[in-house]
Amino acid sequence: MNEKTELDKDKQKSSTTHKIGIYLWIWGLLFVLSFFSYMVDWYQFQGLLRWSLILFFMFLKAGLIMAFFMHLFWERYALVNILLWPMTAIACFVGLMVAEGKYTVFTRLVYFVLGE
Amino acid sequence: MSDSSFENLPKGWKSVPSDLGSDQTAFKGVQWGKAMMWIFLLSDTFIFSCFLISYMKGRASTVVDWPNTSEVFSLDFMGVPVPLLLIAIMTFVLITSSGTMALAVKYGYEKNKKMCGWFIFATAIGGLTFVGMQAYEWSKLIHEGVRPWSNPFGAGQFGSYFFMITGFHGTHVSIGVIFLFIFARKVFRGDFDTGRRGFFTTMKSDYVSIEILGLYWHFVDLVWVFIFAFFYLW
Repeated sequence: MNEKTELDKDKQKSSTTHKIGIYLWIWGLLFVLSFFSYMVDWYQFQGLLRWSLILFFMFLKAGLIMAFFMHLFWERYALVNILLWPMTAIACFVGLMVAEGKYTVFTRLVYFVLGE
Repeated sequence: MSDSSFENLPKGWKSVPSDLGSDQTAFKGVQWGKAMMWIFLLSDTFIFSCFLISYMKGRASTVVDWPNTSEVFSLDFMGVPVPLLLIAIMTFVLITSSGTMALAVKYGYEKNKKMCGWFIFATAIGGLTFVGMQAYEWSKLIHEGVRPWSNPFGAGQFGSYFFMITGFHGTHVSIGVIFLFIFARKVFRGDFDTGRRGFFTTMKSDYVSIEILGLYWHFVDLVWVFIFAFFYLW
């Protein structure tokens, strides 16, 4: 609880100085998470487990970097919104291209492989 | 935000329409250079997203098997091939340099010239190491016959996506390294303490520039997180 009120106070202070501890913690976490994502390849996990673990570690690392190293956690909310909402456009684009990719591979299999 | 004139402004969700519909400046209490760097990084995010999405689409739609990245990028260590060894080291080097940059920003705001300068210098060395290892990786793959149009491991698109994505990222790192060295010099010279005017601008130097430089550097690290996940691990 005590930590939470300190965090709130920190948030109001915005982008002035923060305690060195928070940076060292995030730094350490990034190392551990990178190590885990390397282990995904090391142990050759495959299929659903592989890509869900890859995505999990990736988004966790990206979130930590943006929130604390790039100070978005303490940043003015209007700026945070301007930066994060456009990501939904990227997500839409990914969705469209997944469908497009499936269609392309389907036509290639039909005309190149089956057609011969 | 410690400025008392910002205290009475709405916070949280209500700050979004109030800030964007307000006079003079959009993001209250955010230094203009920092806001502009964020807008630039947003546009850069779109560029990298386009590269990675086109890679996804290319890889998903090829009927030839994709090269096994953990074999293609393996490195011999004492005669034993270790999968993705170089890439793992590159990842750790970049995260280390991101950490030193975060500390440089912190010491900058505390106006600790010496610590700030050395941490920026350490960040630059980390970045230089990263670029060096990437150059080694490129030359190794080129020797093995990887070309933008074909390669001996599998689908021909592999080479073009690899060189395009890692090359564009490496360019960002290189530009970052140049700026890190310039800023390390500026910090040691005391530009940010005396408010000495910059080379390209008549505005006075301020430690907020270190945070802006830091934003760029962390972004380079952020992009690598995605490249590492999608290109090397997937």
